[in-house]
Amino acid sequence: MKNQGKKEKNKKTLITCDNLAIGYENMTVLENVSFSVEEGDYLCVVGENGAGKSTLIKCLAGLKKPMEGEITFSDEITRRDVGYLPQQTAIQRDFPASVREVVLSGCLNRSRLIPIYTKADRERALKHMEELGITGLAAKSYRELSGGQQQRVLLARALCASNKMLILDEPVTGLDPIVTGEIYSVIKTINRKYGMTIIMVSHDVKTAVRHANKILHVKHTVQFFGSTEDYVGSKIGKDFIGG
Amino acid sequence: MFAMFSYPFIIRALVVGTLVSLCSALLGVNLVLKRYSMIGDGLSHVAFSAMAVATVMNWAPLWVAIPVVIAAAYLLLMFSSNDRLSGDSAIALLSTGALAVGIFIISTKSGINTDINNYMFGSVLAISQSDVTLSVVLSLAVLALYVLFYNKIFAVTFDEPFARATGVRAGFYNFLIAVLTAVTIVLGMRMIGALLISSLIIFPAMSSMRVFKCFRNVVICSAAISVFCFLTGMVISYEYSTPTGASVVLINIAVFVVFCAANFLRGKIRIRKELSE
Repeated sequence: MKNQGKKEKNKKTLITCDNLAIGYENMTVLENVSFSVEEGDYLCVVGENGAGKSTLIKCLAGLKKPMEGEITFSDEITRRDVGYLPQQTAIQRDFPASVREVVLSGCLNRSRLIPIYTKADRERALKHMEELGITGLAAKSYRELSGGQQQRVLLARALCASNKMLILDEPVTGLDPIVTGEIYSVIKTINRKYGMTIIMVSHDVKTAVRHANKILHVKHTVQFFGSTEDYVGSKIGKDFIGG
Repeated sequence: MFAMFSYPFIIRALVVGTLVSLCSALLGVNLVLKRYSMIGDGLSHVAFSAMAVATVMNWAPLWVAIPVVIAAAYLLLMFSSNDRLSGDSAIALLSTGALAVGIFIISTKSGINTDINNYMFGSVLAISQSDVTLSVVLSLAVLALYVLFYNKIFAVTFDEPFARATGVRAGFYNFLIAVLTAVTIVLGMRMIGALLISSLIIFPAMSSMRVFKCFRNVVICSAAISVFCFLTGMVISYEYSTPTGASVVLINIAVFVVFCAANFLRGKIRIRKELSE
């Protein structure tokens, strides 16, 4: 059951995945995965726990090699144009770093040869902190922030790294419902207002279908890939959303 | 106290020790945050073994130990980056294994107990004139590389997946941290001792993290604490004829306790302020 998303004429394909097989060591979790991401897409990857959503997204972010198949970036985009929001690690939770330091570190892929941050980097960091409403926290320590604030800081950092595409790995894990809603609306703004392409892993399928324009449902292989409207109308979509 | 500056060996120890303290304090912040606190301990045991072999074979200890320990650091990173062996067990295997090799080789020769004792517990006399040049050059190189790559090292320590995904060569910077640590360990261990050198990496970073909340301040404070503790330890060691390494570590412990207390008091004051508001 594989639907092709409706292709709008002026949209450019940014990433094409062709027949990927993904897994750990000798165990394949996902195979025959083919899909493409177009400019301005808000693609949500959904599926059950352990279905390989995060592993798939790690391959897209270049952290893991697919066991088979190929991920092709079009001429419009390179790996350097991808901002990434990984799942939080235990190391970060008590890391002594100021918000400014964390956000600035997103600029590192731009100033390759210069070991210090340029004025442009600082302005960029400031701009994105303003967009995410964390300017007032700049001097605060990252470890003293609430979960939602930390996530905003990491989003600002990801925006410093890229203005074309964001890859988000379960960005609302462990956040309360109100903050979760705020983070989702920030992500939606980034997609709508700045035209950034979003690829997001989520286990919260109800929210996913509210925000995303495309859904990739995986379990062993691609169960569904196409527009959100088609997904909501499909049998697998209905089953997974729960009526 | 000023009489100590008239001894050339003390001057040598002061110069090398200050530089090594600086290096270990800077790297220590990253190692502690990356949950690699014990890497210093593992590497110092490897260095012990390498130096024991060098002593038995009559080779120059530094020239043998530095490449061996760099290789060990690389191995440790390889082991911990593939998930089959966790980082701490890899370090435990390597350090005890290396120690056993060292002890075994030493036992084949008799009459070199003083050197071995010095490697274990450190000696201020261990640094010869020719070692000073090499030590100063290497530790300045460690400092320069750390400062040059400071931002990248921060990024890799804070969030390696993000750094990797956005095109920072995380593997290279991890290796750089390991090499710099290896060099620092080898340079410092003869003065401080193989069994104690890793405290130079851990204590200043831990103390400074009690009080400071931003990475740059943590690094700067850690460097200051480390140099202060080293110099104070040296003076105490000279005045009271105590072993240098142990004296330096004891001062580090004292500073750690003070910083913990400061952090605790600050928390109390903040709570009281919030209550009264």
